[in-house]
Parts: sequence; structure tokens; C-alpha cells
Amino acid sequence: MDGSRFVKILVCMKQVPQKDAPLKLNDAGTWIREGVSYEVNEPDAFALEEALRQKEKHSGEVVVLTAGPARAMQVLREALAKGADRAIHLEDDAFVGLDAYNTARAVAAAIKEEKFDLIFTGLQSDDYGYAQTGVILAQILGLPHATIIMQIEKRNENEQDGGGIRVKRELEAGFFQFVDMPLPAVLTIQSGINKLRYATLIGIKQAKTKPLRKVTLAEVQGSMGENLQKIEKLYIPQKSKNTEFLEGSPAEVAKKLVEKLKNELRVI
Amino acid sequence: MPDTILVIVEQREGKLNRVSWETIAAGQAISAQTRWTLEAAVVGSGVAAIAGEVAAKKLARVYDIESLRLEPYTPDAFAHVLQEFLGKHPAKLVLMPHTYQVRDFVPKLATALQTTAISDVIGYKYEGGKLVFTRQMFQGKFVADVSFAGSGPCFVTFQNGSFRADKVEAGAVPAPVETINVEVPDGVVRNKPQEVFKEAKQAVDLTQAEIIVSVGRGIKEQKNIEMAKQLADALGAELAASRPICDSGWLPMDRQVGSSGQTVAPKLYLALGISGAIQHIVGMKGSRSIVAINKDSEAPIFEIADYAVVGNLFDIVPPLIEEVKKAKG
Repeated sequence: MDGSRFVKILVCMKQVPQKDAPLKLNDAGTWIREGVSYEVNEPDAFALEEALRQKEKHSGEVVVLTAGPARAMQVLREALAKGADRAIHLEDDAFVGLDAYNTARAVAAAIKEEKFDLIFTGLQSDDYGYAQTGVILAQILGLPHATIIMQIEKRNENEQDGGGIRVKRELEAGFFQFVDMPLPAVLTIQSGINKLRYATLIGIKQAKTKPLRKVTLAEVQGSMGENLQKIEKLYIPQKSKNTEFLEGSPAEVAKKLVEKLKNELRVI
Repeated sequence: MPDTILVIVEQREGKLNRVSWETIAAGQAISAQTRWTLEAAVVGSGVAAIAGEVAAKKLARVYDIESLRLEPYTPDAFAHVLQEFLGKHPAKLVLMPHTYQVRDFVPKLATALQTTAISDVIGYKYEGGKLVFTRQMFQGKFVADVSFAGSGPCFVTFQNGSFRADKVEAGAVPAPVETINVEVPDGVVRNKPQEVFKEAKQAVDLTQAEIIVSVGRGIKEQKNIEMAKQLADALGAELAASRPICDSGWLPMDRQVGSSGQTVAPKLYLALGISGAIQHIVGMKGSRSIVAINKDSEAPIFEIADYAVVGNLFDIVPPLIEEVKKAKG
């Protein structure tokens, strides 16, 4: 992206329960109860940060999008405060219960008038953990994709494919791989790709005047279908291990633990 | 739709990824209960030897799906080839291990077939003729039984370690191997992958450590790692960490345990201030014994701990170091 070229990046973000929020099952035993504290899905925060850095490097526009209830607006507000240019909120309680395929279809419908160079999602969500929405979105949009990305660099426009990007894909066991890709493309971003910035006071103020487009369920429902997966039951996992909890003062616990390490586990 | 279970094994650069045996074990278990036919497939270029290896197991048939364009791996090629294959060889259930490579193409393949993938599954239940798959949710705090509501095929990816590779049954006779050559037209593959490489110089091989002391976010600051190191030294252990610690640069990448780092199975894994997120647990749940210290009594790490201490690690670790030193004499 040389100085005259403008890069448009969409960052799909999700609001999830806070990591240490105490969660309770709903009466039907099919989901958790509302009314916990929420935060941005961690990999999505890294995806946003990466988009902002690319924009700062190459000049462009960062659009953030979320699909969720009214409370999910908070994620967009924080993103705008950090430097995103505009936001899209697919707002409806029903978005919480959609499978990844439907979520991706809804997103694709909401952005069909736009042309993004890059679309980022976090590699997976901290609540469902399916790791699919970004890849499904790429398939629906007919775009190339790569997952678990740790680095993104622009390639020269003089290259054979008209230039595009070189991404660093994370593999298991400490391995990596560079992949050259054309644009536009969808990337799912891994946590730790960069260091997250804080929103500044000026940023928070400016966020209030940035464009926010609301999209209703009705507007995108035509592109969706029935969920192809159903949570029959959500429950607390049955413990397969007999965990022994050691109690007492720190000094007492230390003694008990060492006794276990020595006599039961035989590692001392 | 014929009632076939298809296990797609994973190969990388011509070598079978051993986690595939776990998927075959899962397939055999489901097949035994449902009475559906179990088949397997290997996808790649010049992978006949792998097909032969798989054919030694108790399966009805193995497919060797070949194309020059399948090496190196790209999601476009794999999705294209398998979409075509499954169009001609329909299956009710398609099983794969939940590896980074599978995650990279299965959602694309499932969507192309207008179906869905139930991913990162840890088990299944077959009751009253209905199959449901169990998977963790909310970072392991809950589990969900998930059913397939489509017309198929249903893709399922299994978490590492959810089934046991050593439970795979050998076949009485080798299964027939059918080679299928697939064309991948120009223009299908859009990505150009480069060589796979290892970044961190591996100064430590955690897989060889007998005892590991591992730190998570609960260690709070970089300077506190010194305390964990002292405990590790006292125990003769290696120091390791969960991903956020390595991302912050507090410990080098070769000390990371988890899906992106090392998978370890030491005699003792001592987890300090580690909550037990799924991506970390898959890397250490095979440990012979697990001790966890965490101030959150609801931390998922306690699900798999043999000994658990709910408390402040900063209060507990110093006297622990002293007691270990005393015990060692």
C-alpha cells in the first residue's frame, strides 16, 4: 500500500463474558444467564490493534462490526475510541444463539455494499471456541483466507499477482509458515500478534461522533437459514479426576504438598 | 445417504500426523455403536504409503486421494478436492483431528457443502439412535452436548487427547485401498505457502522434562517469575508458561506449553496462576500428575488437577520452596 493507496479493513469483533466472571446456567440448561460482566473477545482486540497499525502504516480506513445484543455496542465504542473510523452493529438478542454459519451469513449480508481489502476476525471466540466464523465468511465472500496469523506485511505491487500480502501463519509446536496471498483476503488473527493500545481521552471523546450504522435482524435474515447445530444441553463438566484440595495456612499447605510430592507422587 | 463414517487422516509433507490415530479410534468407537461403515481417507500427493499404513487398521476401505496440487497444503486445494470427493462418495459423518491445518480448511469445506462442522469435540454419546457431540464452552467452565440439525454430512473435529491412539483396533486383513486422482484446475489455489520453519532456537526441550513448573497470568509481573524459577530449581524442574506470558516476552517461546507451543506429559506438572484455558490444557493434560495453585476456586485447571490449592500463589510458593529444599536435604 503506497502512500496513494487507501486500505479498507473490516474487523469483526465479539463481546464475550469476562474471563473470570462467575457464570450460571439458564433455567433451560441451554445457555448461560445474562447479567454478567462482558468484555471484548481477546483475539478480536488483537485483530483490531493489527488493523489500526496497518492503517497507520499505509493510510486507510478501519471499520469495526459486531453482531449481538445492545450491550455489544460497548465493544464498538471502545474500538472507535482506539482509532477505528466507523462501526456497524448488527443488533438483536437473537445473534447470541446463532451458529457460526449463520453469523457469517449475517455479516456478509450486512457488508455486501462495501469493498474491503482485508477482513480480520479473531482466530476463535472465548465463549464458543469454534474458530470458524472467519473461514466461513471467506468462503461465502469467495475470498482467499489464512488462519492463526501472527504477522502481516504488504508485498510490492510490481509482483506477479499485482502485489498482495505476506502473512505469517502460526502452526503447532513452535513452527511458523509465511504465505503469500492476493488481496482482498480474510485473516483470522492470533493473540499476541502485537501489543494492545489503550484508548486515549481524546479518542473516547472522538468516538462519540464517529458513524455507527445499526443493522436489524430483519435486514439480514433473508440470507440466513436454520442453525445446523443445536446445543441440546449445557452443563458443568463431570469431574473424572479425584482432586484432593489441600487446605490450611500457606505454611501448612506447603508442608502437605511436599508430603504428597514426596510420598504419593514420588517426585522428590 | 449411505451411513458411512469417513475419517480423514492428516499428513504433513508425506508423514502421517500421529494424532490421526486418535480420530480413527473415535471412528471405530462410533462405528461399533451405530453400526455405520467406517472408512478413511488420506489427502495429498504421493501418499500411498500412508494409505497403506492406515489400511492395516479395522476399516472397510481407505481412499488415497491424490493430486500434485495438494502439496504443499493450501485450504483452497484441500477444500476443492474433498468437496469433489464427498460429492461422489457421500458420508454421514466426516471426522478429523482438531489440528491447526484442519481448522484452516474444514469450515470452508463444510460451508461449500452447505453443512456445518462441530469442532474441538471431546466425546460423543449415542442414545436412542441419536448422536450428540460433547465440546467445551466458555474456556472449559461448561460442556455442551451438540446435535447436528442438518441433512449432512456432519463434520466433527476431535480435540487432541480426547481419544486414545493406542485403542485403535488392527484389521484382521488389510482394508482395500482405492486411489482417486483429482484435478485441481488453475486458479483454484490462491495462496502461495513458503517453507515451514521454527523460529525460536530451541534451547530447552520441555518434552524431556520430568517435572515442569509452569506460570500463567496469575504471576502478574515479570519480576515474579524469579520466584517460580526458584521453585523449579529446588525441584530440579524446567520452567514453562502459558501463552500470554510468552507473548509478553517474559519467557521465551520455547517455554510455551499449549496448542501453539509444546505438548508435554511430565511426571509432575505444577501450574502456578494458570486458569486452565483449553488451548493450554491440550498441551499438558497428559501429564502423569498435576498440581494447581490458583486463587480462583472455579478455575478450569482444577478439573484436571490431582492436588489443588485454592489460594494466593505469592503466599504459598515461598514456604513451598523452603519445604522442598528441606525435603531434599
